[in-house]
Amino acid sequence: MTKMIWNMPIPSIPLRMEKREENRTLQFIETMTLTTSYHIFVKEFVSEFRTRYALNALLMFVVTTLSIILFSIGKESPTQDILSGTLWIVIFFSAMSGLSRTFVAEEERGTSMTLRLLVNSSSVYIGKLLYNFILILFLSLIIAVSYLLFINEFEVKSYEIFWITIFLGSAGLASASTILAAIIAKANTKGTLFPVLAFPILLPLLLTCINATKLSTEGAFLTEAVKEFQILISFTVVMVATSFLVFDFVWKD
Amino acid sequence: MKMWLKIAVSVWITGIIIAGIAFPMVRVPQTWYEFPFIPGLEEKARNIIFHVPISWATVVAFVMSMIYGAMYLRKKDMDYDLRSVSSASLGLLLCVLATLTGAVWAKFNWGSFWNWDPRQTSIFILLLIYGAYFVLRSAIDEEERRATLSSVYSIIAGVTVPFFIFVMPRIMSGLHPGSLGDEQGKGPVLEFKMATNMLMVFFASLIGFTVLYFWMYTLKVRLMRIERHVQQINESH
Repeated sequence: MTKMIWNMPIPSIPLRMEKREENRTLQFIETMTLTTSYHIFVKEFVSEFRTRYALNALLMFVVTTLSIILFSIGKESPTQDILSGTLWIVIFFSAMSGLSRTFVAEEERGTSMTLRLLVNSSSVYIGKLLYNFILILFLSLIIAVSYLLFINEFEVKSYEIFWITIFLGSAGLASASTILAAIIAKANTKGTLFPVLAFPILLPLLLTCINATKLSTEGAFLTEAVKEFQILISFTVVMVATSFLVFDFVWKD
Repeated sequence: MKMWLKIAVSVWITGIIIAGIAFPMVRVPQTWYEFPFIPGLEEKARNIIFHVPISWATVVAFVMSMIYGAMYLRKKDMDYDLRSVSSASLGLLLCVLATLTGAVWAKFNWGSFWNWDPRQTSIFILLLIYGAYFVLRSAIDEEERRATLSSVYSIIAGVTVPFFIFVMPRIMSGLHPGSLGDEQGKGPVLEFKMATNMLMVFFASLIGFTVLYFWMYTLKVRLMRIERHVQQINESH
């Protein structure tokens, strides 16, 4: 039964049944299934843990930016508003330096062609989206925990709002940056282009996240932050749906 | 565009400029050409006849660029990409104009050129989106790839626009009418409280600037088609 659910084709372009053939080692999988997406997801993790390049670089990035903030604060006591802003600056820029890796590495290694031959684009998109989401969630959890530990002035009064914001904010960041990473992987200047393209798109998300974080430092009740959560969820849903529709054009280009 | 339409637009816009700048503002309007005096806005209210239609035309240009981008993705015809770029470059010009007219109005009504009001933030984001769009285009050499990727980017940027128009003014406090904390009305659609003759000039200006945008757009498309043609001839020799 569970196997049936895993292999159930998800409606995508083109909708055809999977061919049942014995001994298929390299065969194009036409339908998008959760299995293929899951395999892409696992592949990302395996190739990441082979070198641990992105992970190490990102952790160092987090340490560096946090210590810069600590140095610049010094003995001053900034307001909660400024501190909740800087938290999201750190998360945004570490997302910007980390999330573009998934597609850029594929182009650099020259493996994107093989992937294009083997699986359909929707599976690639879902797999990479999940990987990006897990990566950015892990990162922002580390950032949030170390932020709470090292910056004493930053006091969160309602933790449930804070953690839900971190979770939904990571989902939103991953949803918008996956498609943008796919776009910049095809461009000539990859490094600088990503934040330039991402900033105007991610701004509604960031402003809402900063607002929600402010609410959590003010000790608001969970019901007061519902409006912010609705915006974050709708942003993520809109981004994932649109990217799912247009990803094929970018990937097959 | 037809010759008579061009002449009509020129006359129309000239009339609007004359009406917007020269019609007197009095406390009690007597004749059809006298605008009523709005307390708090005074003579500065004239800007509504220019600033709002330009902002509207900016959004029209952006939506057109997005629609042609989507058409390109469907048909893979380079002409659609050309239209998309033409509309985007005009949109950039209009966006700068809308920002400037808005900033001048803000200086004299709210005290400073820039206040980070939600609407000002959204026009700033639109500027950034246009900037990013042209940066992306300049970063790709291959013509078809450039067309595909910039179309996808304009679609992705386009779906965030409702967040700026409908969501941001609700969560941020602002100075424009229709912001959070404004009793007169929340949301993007304002209740028009202008006098009838001013409203007529306002809507005439809205129509005028939209048609002017289409005129400039057709000129730009023709120019770019010729440029592409010349380029192709040069390459073949």
